[in-house]
This record gives sequence, C-alpha cells and structure tokens, in this order.
Amino acid sequence: MASYSTSEFKGGLKIMLDGDPYSIVENEFVKPGKGQAFNRVRVRNLKTGRVVEKTFKSGDTVEAADVHDTEMQYLYNDGEFWHFMDPQSFEQMTADATAVGETAKWVKEQDLCKVTLWNGQPLSVEPPNFVVLTITETDPGLKGDTSGGGGKPATLETGAVVRVPLFVQTGELIRVDTRTGEYVSRAKE
Amino acid sequence: MTSGQGPRTSGGEGLDPSGIWRPAASLETLRARAALLAETRAFFAERGVLEVETPMASRAAASDPAIESLATRWSGQGGWQPLYLHTSPELPMKRLLAAGIGPIYQICKVFRDGERGRLHHPEFSMLEWYRPGTSYGQLMDEVADLVRRALGRPDLALERLAYRELFRERIGVDPWSSEVAALRDRALELGISGGESLDLDRDGWLDLLLVHRLEPGLGRGCLSFVHDYPPSQAALARVRPGSVPVAERFELYLEGVELANGFQELTDRAAQEARFATDLAERRARGLPVPPVDRVFLAALAAGMPEGSGVALGLDRLLMARVGARHIDEVLAFPIERA
Repeated sequence: MASYSTSEFKGGLKIMLDGDPYSIVENEFVKPGKGQAFNRVRVRNLKTGRVVEKTFKSGDTVEAADVHDTEMQYLYNDGEFWHFMDPQSFEQMTADATAVGETAKWVKEQDLCKVTLWNGQPLSVEPPNFVVLTITETDPGLKGDTSGGGGKPATLETGAVVRVPLFVQTGELIRVDTRTGEYVSRAKE
Repeated sequence: MTSGQGPRTSGGEGLDPSGIWRPAASLETLRARAALLAETRAFFAERGVLEVETPMASRAAASDPAIESLATRWSGQGGWQPLYLHTSPELPMKRLLAAGIGPIYQICKVFRDGERGRLHHPEFSMLEWYRPGTSYGQLMDEVADLVRRALGRPDLALERLAYRELFRERIGVDPWSSEVAALRDRALELGISGGESLDLDRDGWLDLLLVHRLEPGLGRGCLSFVHDYPPSQAALARVRPGSVPVAERFELYLEGVELANGFQELTDRAAQEARFATDLAERRARGLPVPPVDRVFLAALAAGMPEGSGVALGLDRLLMARVGARHIDEVLAFPIERA
C-alpha cells in the first residue's frame, strides 16, 4: 500500500483518513524551536466535500488514496444511476446520486464530465465549466427590454433554474457557467 | 523598484527556471535586511560585545532529538569524514567563553533538516549572543532593547509569563503535575483535530497545546517572554532546584511568532554530559540518527565556563516583523525551491 510521509504533504495530495478519501487543501508546518514538529493540514473529504483540520506529528506516514480524475462522456440516467463511458476505451461505469450530486442539474447526454475515481469507482462527477442548454420555461419578458437589469428565472431542460435577462425566451439556447450557476450568453446549436 | 515574484513557491524542482530566477523577496525587503544587519552590529558595538565566527561545519552534531542536522563530507587527510552543518553556533561559542573571551555575538546561517513552512526554512539567519556574568532575567531586557530598536518601536510593551502559569491560566492544565492522559483529553476538548490518533509523550502534548492554543495569542501588541520551563525541556539551560524545579529558559514571542530562545547557561560538565546521554538515548528509542556529540565542548566545560546567559534569535523572523511579512519567503532572496 502506497503511503506518504508528512514531508511529502502538499495541496492536492490524496490521502486516506478514517476510511475516507481526502484531498489536502493546505499544509502548515508548525514547530516550537526546541520541540515537537507538527503538520497542521486542512483536508477536504472527497465523499462529502467537507473541509476539516487535522494535525499530524511530523514524520508520521499516512496511507495514499487511490484517487484520480478521468474524462468521461455522460450517456443516460436509468432512473437510479447515471451511466458514463470512457471515450477512449468505451468502458462504461455507473455513478449514484451521491457521486453525481449537483452535477445532475447541468449535464445532458453526451456531455464530457470530469469523473473522479476512487479505487476505480466514481466518487464525484464535475460538469464542464460551460454548458449550452435549452430554456423550457420562462415568463415572456417585456419586448424591447435589453438592459439586462434585474432579469427573471428560467427553467432549463435539465431542471436547473438560472436567472436570465428579460429578453431571453422559452425555447432559446443559453450558455451557463456551471461553477457559478450564472447565465453567460445566448448560444447557437 | 522591482517587486518580487510573490511570496510562495513550492515544488521548485518542477518549476521553469525562467520563472524562478528572480528573488522571492522584494528588493526593498532585501535593503531592509541589510539595514537590520548593520543596526544589529552597531547595537553590539555600542555595548562592547565582540563579533565572532565559529565553524559552520563540524565533526559533532546537535544531540537535541527535535533538531536534525544536515551533513556533508570532507575529503582530505587520507580519506573522507562526515561534517555536520551547525544547527546553532552554541557549543563553539561557549568554548570561546570558557577561554575567557568575554561577551560575544555571532550572526550566521544555521541549517536544520526537514524544517519548511510559513515560519521555517532549512537554512536561516541566526543572531546568537552570550553575556558572562549576566542573568537570564537581565538578558531578557537586552533582547527587548534589541527588538524594539530593530522594529523602530521604542515604546513596545513587555510582559513576562511563567510557562506554568500560562498553561494553568489559559488552558487549565499543569505542565508539571497533570497526567499525560489529562493533557491529551484537554487537547481533544479544545478541538485539536487529529489529537485522538497522535502518539505523543508528555512534552509532545505540551508542545501540541502550545503551538495550537497558546502561541497564537502570545506577543499581541507587545513582547511576550515565556520563562521557566519544565526541566524536561531545559535543552542547555540550568535547572533551578526546588519543590518545583524549573529550567531557567525563556522564549520571546511577537505577534504569535517565536523569535528567540535564551538560557541561564548550564556550565556543569557532568550535568551536560548526562543531557547528551539522555538525548542520544531518546534518539535511539525513536530510531533517529545518533550523531557524534561534541566531546571538545565537554572538555571546555571541564576547564570552566563562566556563569552567564545566552540567547539565539531568528533574524529572518525579526525582519518579517519589521517589514510586515506573513511568510518567511517574503524576506528571503532565494528560498530553497529557488536555490
């Protein structure tokens, strides 16, 4: 089993703690001049997303987490699981609602997603930074209003609700930044 | 004025050389470093303290289990032998004291393996000075004078806190009498996460409580001297016997940062040799390297070192306080990742 010493700690390193995979967010070395050295780290639980602080004695080792990112194409949802395919090997994988989380409201079939695998199984799924989606429902705005001030809610084909300018109408395609959940522009197919 | 390339670097081995050739510190900070060195030398010249130099590389190494030496090798005289880079110039400076040189100071680079962080760098600038015939209490006042002058803050207040009172009042444990289990429980109660899986001895728990819960509050708007440590943390300080024996040692904190460590110096050869032996036994128990101890220094103590006090102060950290830096890289021309 691979392991890391505290001297190898740095942001992004994936480690196992209490049976869960974590990613190191920040590593701080603290030591009294004449005393015991510690590594005080902030780590993100890759299953829950929660960030916690943890202290290690410098020189201690911790088990490495077999976690890596891969790009996969979203195929379909069967009502319970989301199905993904590796575009190179055509290997298919299923992810549950916990792994997919909020990403479900941004992706549609054939989108390429970043799938984080832990021990070969999907741990989390991230949507592309920008997606183009159809508006399925929004109130008709006032004709001629192009100010964009205020805006209105619009429901997208995936179920997500974003604020759009008043001039954007049902049936139109829009580009959305999934990191902020904000409307970027109108889009063409 | 050209500014630096940002305070923080990591993993320099993977960095593009064209991105790391510049200094990490701003040129303005490097000028402040030169001014601090010049002012420090003037401070000691005014007070009749002599500047000395002692070897950076020596046949003996620090015995302290919490401090690891870097080693190199010297070829000559029919073979090669390991030489250890000093972690502090303490022992050879004490040999000069034993030779009767009088008050001395040294400004030098020292080296410590494995230490890297916001306040740590494997080589750093140390100011160390010794005052024969002076008590550690008096020396604290001189340290305060030096720091006030370096910071241009002559009115900076000073407080003295006994290590025992500090722990009793602010954390509710007694470093001398609380059980190890009680120290551990207190650390967990105080929310030091990960404490439950730490395997520490008594001093380890005290250090954990110190760095997590006490240090951040020390030296806020003033100079905090913590003094009189548990005898197990005496290092090279004299232990004052009594119903509660204390090590006559002090540490200076400013804005949560440890700046200096001083001792009423241990001058007794037998006691010193016993401490070396304890250190080495601890090193063996922990599976750490067991380097040769400084027998020549013991010979100097046997010849007689005058009673007195001494202190080591981290100049990089003092410079950080002077220029308002948060990370040590902000005051170094070329941190290790750019070295």
